[in-house]
Amino acid sequence: MSSIREFFASRVGIISVGAFIGVFAALLQKWGNPGNMGICVACFDRDIAGAIGWHRAAVVQYLRPEILGFVLGAMVAAFAFKEFRPRAGSAPIVRFVLGMLAMIGALVFLGCPWRALLRLAGGDGNAIFGLLGLVAGIWIGTLFFKRGYNLGRTQSTYASVGWLFPLIILGLLALRLIFPQIPDKDLSGILFYSVKGPGSQHAALAVSLAVGLAVGLVAQRSRFCTMGALRDLILFRQIHLFSGMLALLIAAFLTNLLLSQFKPGFANQPVAHTMEIWNFMGMLVAGLAFALAGGCPGRQLFMAGEGDGDAAVFVLGMIAGAAVSHNFGLASSPQGVGPYGITAVFVSLAVLLFIGFTMRQKTA
Amino acid sequence: MSDLIDARGLSCPQPVLITLEKLKSLDQGELVVLLDTDTSKENVIRAASSLGWQVKDVAATGVEYRLILEKA
Repeated sequence: MSSIREFFASRVGIISVGAFIGVFAALLQKWGNPGNMGICVACFDRDIAGAIGWHRAAVVQYLRPEILGFVLGAMVAAFAFKEFRPRAGSAPIVRFVLGMLAMIGALVFLGCPWRALLRLAGGDGNAIFGLLGLVAGIWIGTLFFKRGYNLGRTQSTYASVGWLFPLIILGLLALRLIFPQIPDKDLSGILFYSVKGPGSQHAALAVSLAVGLAVGLVAQRSRFCTMGALRDLILFRQIHLFSGMLALLIAAFLTNLLLSQFKPGFANQPVAHTMEIWNFMGMLVAGLAFALAGGCPGRQLFMAGEGDGDAAVFVLGMIAGAAVSHNFGLASSPQGVGPYGITAVFVSLAVLLFIGFTMRQKTA
Repeated sequence: MSDLIDARGLSCPQPVLITLEKLKSLDQGELVVLLDTDTSKENVIRAASSLGWQVKDVAATGVEYRLILEKA
């Protein structure tokens, strides 16, 4: 057990995990997931919001099993290594809002950091602007860290607090099994299913769930985090997590080459638009929100699986943010930004700066 | 009496930030760091070793860690 622990904490460990995610994300595209979207935590949370009817954008409604697998896999790993730590109480309302703003920004770009890497690995040049925005947002976050930004301490708490989010996930899995997809129908019982668009493109349930569980297991062990990767690089000049992020990019690129999924260019890329400035600004908002919340969307799911109630609140904020994005016309589409997307970027940025400037606490 | 940092309950990167700040001000000697997650324990050890500090002892008490760093 301790040798497994050491492996995942090592440089080789984090690189292996990044490569594992990259390979399987590219494979998931081959197996049915949307283009350059083998895994996208933001998009998949958004699809889940649609599946349970929180928004009615008909093309993005599907209860993505990968997300369920991430949380449950991380929970199993946390229990196996005695790291399940029920904890909560660090500014939950702020974390909810940060989750919402992160999602609003990510949906202006059309992807989380993982998908930004996968888009680049698939040849989508627009992802470069998104990744630059992500770096810029996290860099702004590090300035706040240096000024003492801090959401306050969490508290250890009842085991049931840590259990609640994994139980919600199990509940969603039960719904997915009770109300399976009916061919050419957009509703099965109480769950919505896209019949066209990205939401209709998905690998088989068992495949998605198995990959999700595996990723959850190894990512919990290695603490894989794309936001942490860039943050540690900027703040501490540390390349540990960054090496995992690079491994994801390279592994996905090579897998795409082998599967003939690499199609370089800017126009007509799958589920992407070509507005450089808003690709950049959307991801800047998302990156700053991830930094202030202490983790990228994937990492928040894994922490929620470890019993972190604050991370769970962030995830719920993301799902609510997806509903707001689609209900209010903030989310982009392949045609470009939504009618209120640009306004949303500026409002989100203003709220993030308010949070960053005002939430400082002496830690000593 | 060693210097002490209580980083329990703080989320990343706070434990690393405050530990590094303290280590830089101490330059050498011994520092006790209290932590409550494995992630922050690993991060603090990684950051401290990059400054040439070594782990003298890690004691687990219940759900917490008491980490002792030293540099001669």
